[in-house]
This record gives sequence, C-alpha cells and structure tokens, in this order.
Amino acid sequence: MITAILTVTGLAAIFGLLLGYTAVRFRTQGDPVADQIESLLPQTQCGQCSYAGCRPYAEAIAAGEAEINRCPPGGESGIRALADLLDREFVPLDPEAGEEKPRAVAVIDEDRCIGCTLCIQACPVDAILGTGKHMHTVIADECTGCDLCLPPCPVDCIDMVPIGTDIETWTWPKPADSQPPGPAARLSGAA
Amino acid sequence: MSELAAILVATVLVNNFVLVKFLGLCPFMGVSRKLETATGMALATTFVLTLSAACSYLVETWLLAPLGLGYLRTIAFILVIAAVVQFTEMVVRRSSPMLYQVLGIYLPLITTNCAVLGVALLNVQEAHSFLESLFYGFGAALGFALVMILFAGVRERVAVADVPAPFQGAAIALITAGLMALAFLGFAGLVKG
Repeated sequence: MITAILTVTGLAAIFGLLLGYTAVRFRTQGDPVADQIESLLPQTQCGQCSYAGCRPYAEAIAAGEAEINRCPPGGESGIRALADLLDREFVPLDPEAGEEKPRAVAVIDEDRCIGCTLCIQACPVDAILGTGKHMHTVIADECTGCDLCLPPCPVDCIDMVPIGTDIETWTWPKPADSQPPGPAARLSGAA
Repeated sequence: MSELAAILVATVLVNNFVLVKFLGLCPFMGVSRKLETATGMALATTFVLTLSAACSYLVETWLLAPLGLGYLRTIAFILVIAAVVQFTEMVVRRSSPMLYQVLGIYLPLITTNCAVLGVALLNVQEAHSFLESLFYGFGAALGFALVMILFAGVRERVAVADVPAPFQGAAIALITAGLMALAFLGFAGLVKG
C-alpha cells in the first residue's frame, strides 16, 4: 500500500518537475496570434471597428469575438490578408464600420484655428502640435488619417487631404486591375 | 528487423487503430473538417503516441513490474500520457500559435484519446520489448495520421458535393468513415499481427 502511494506520488512529482521546467523553457509572452493580426492592421488607431485601437481589435479577433471585416482603412486587401492568416472565408467590409477611402492626412487651416486644443486630445497618435490660444499644426508623417480630430473642432478648420500619388507613393498598377480577364474568367464566360 | 517492419505494417494498415480497432474516433471525427487542421492534429498525435508508448514501457518495466503494482497500470499510464500531452501543448504553443489556436480543445483532448492509452496497454498485454513498443506506438500513430489525412481529404470534397439533406454533416461523415473501414478490411491477412 505504501509503495503504491509512494510510486504514484513519485511519478507525479517527477512529471510535475519536468513540466515546470518546460513551462519556463518554452514560455510564450503575450498572445502571439494577436501579435500577428496586429501586424496586418493599418495602425491608424481610428476606432472605426468600434474598438479603442488596433491592438484591442486584434485581441478581439484572436479571441474570436470580432469579425475580420470591421477595418475600413485596411480595406479589402486587409481583410484578405486577415482571412489568409486565420484561414477563414473572405467577407466584404462591414458597411456599419465605414467605407474604404483613399489614405488622407489632416491639414489644419492655420488662419481659422483658434487654439482650443480639442483636436490634440482627440488625436490617437499625438500627431497634432500646438498649445492653448496658439495655432496648431499636423505632423503629416505621423498622421494616420483617422478622421478623429474632425468632430471636436469647433470652427471646422481641419480638412482631410487625400495623399496624391507622387514620386514617393506611386506604385505599379496591380496585375489584377490592368490585365484582361484571366483564363478562369474566360472559361466561366464561355460556359 | 523484419519483425519491426511487420509490426509497422500491421499497425498502420492491417490493425489500423482508427478504422479496424475503432479507437481514437473523437479527434478522427472532430478535427477532420480541414486538411490543414487534420495534418496538424495527426502530427501532434504522432508525437504524443510514440513518446507515450516509450515512456509507459519504461514506467511499466522499471517501476510497476518490479514493485508488483500491475493494478496501478491504468492510472500510471494516464499520468504519463497527460504529462506528454502537456509537454506537446507547450511546444506547439511556442512553435506554431496558429496551429495551437486551430486545434483548440482537441490538443489537450489527446489525453483522453483512447488510441494513446490503448497502445500503452496493448504493449504490456502483448509483452513487447522496448523497440517493439516504440515501433508499435509509431506504427499506430502513422496509421492514425494516414487515416486522418485521407479522411480529411475526402471530407473536404464531400463538403462541396450535393449531399441529400438528411445525410448532410455528421451523417455523411460517419458513412464515409464506415466505407473507409470497409476498404481497410481489405488489408486483413496481409501480415500476421
């Protein structure tokens, strides 16, 4: 009887120690799935997905609480990337979250700005510079084009200016847009 | 050597644990909806089965048999299997978080996969040596993996087929499994094992 108890206890203790060691050795920090999802999100922190920012949205997707189609800045290509990563079906953008728009930056009309600092508090990425009773300005490189500074502005002095294609942002047109219908399209057309 | 090869063929094809002995049906039905998941599950189970077959052999020979504690076999083996599964879970979580999420509850459920305990107990029953135990476990795992991947492939096709309404879902999956079991009966008598 004593041997039996000692044997089972001993076995359990040995496995416990081994597992304890492995747990320390193979520790995973945070949620690796949420990390991968977050790296695919556009990091505009715009909150159009109804979450406070890109990280909380990524965590909600990882936990299975949120659909992958609630990110308008990411657009269709963003949803496709997420669907690919998570091995889910592609779903079109949820119109409730907003619609896909070309990327823009906020520009403050400095003549009209009254220096109220309301937009500074609204900016999720601290891209607006200025202080009370002095005019503000937007650091264009930091601005994610999230539109969050528009509603609080009492004098409507902020405009969203789409980023045009210049020598920095121009890319080759995507093959899918420029090519004539591929073989699959032609086949289905014939049938 | 030929003995070991015979054990492999016998466990993979002739006495396939899933389709001939009907052990381990839970993950077989549960995780076979997608080929990718099924492959991941097959790999994880292969690892667990082989390792736990070896570990339980060691526990049996060096601990239970000398002390005359044969009646503790089941609980001791469950302990071994649970530890191996826990270990696998940590490794998978670290190395492939996506697979970890996809496998979900089925990963810890390998503990209760009766094929794993079945292999450990059958090894004792048939008085296998260490190498034989190892090959028996590995063969069983290969058989499980083979059937799992084949079945997932079939199910992926059945999913897009025009199945009559009463047969949709689990019903057609079970029928498919039954047909595959019939096919595997064809291997009977290939190797004595």
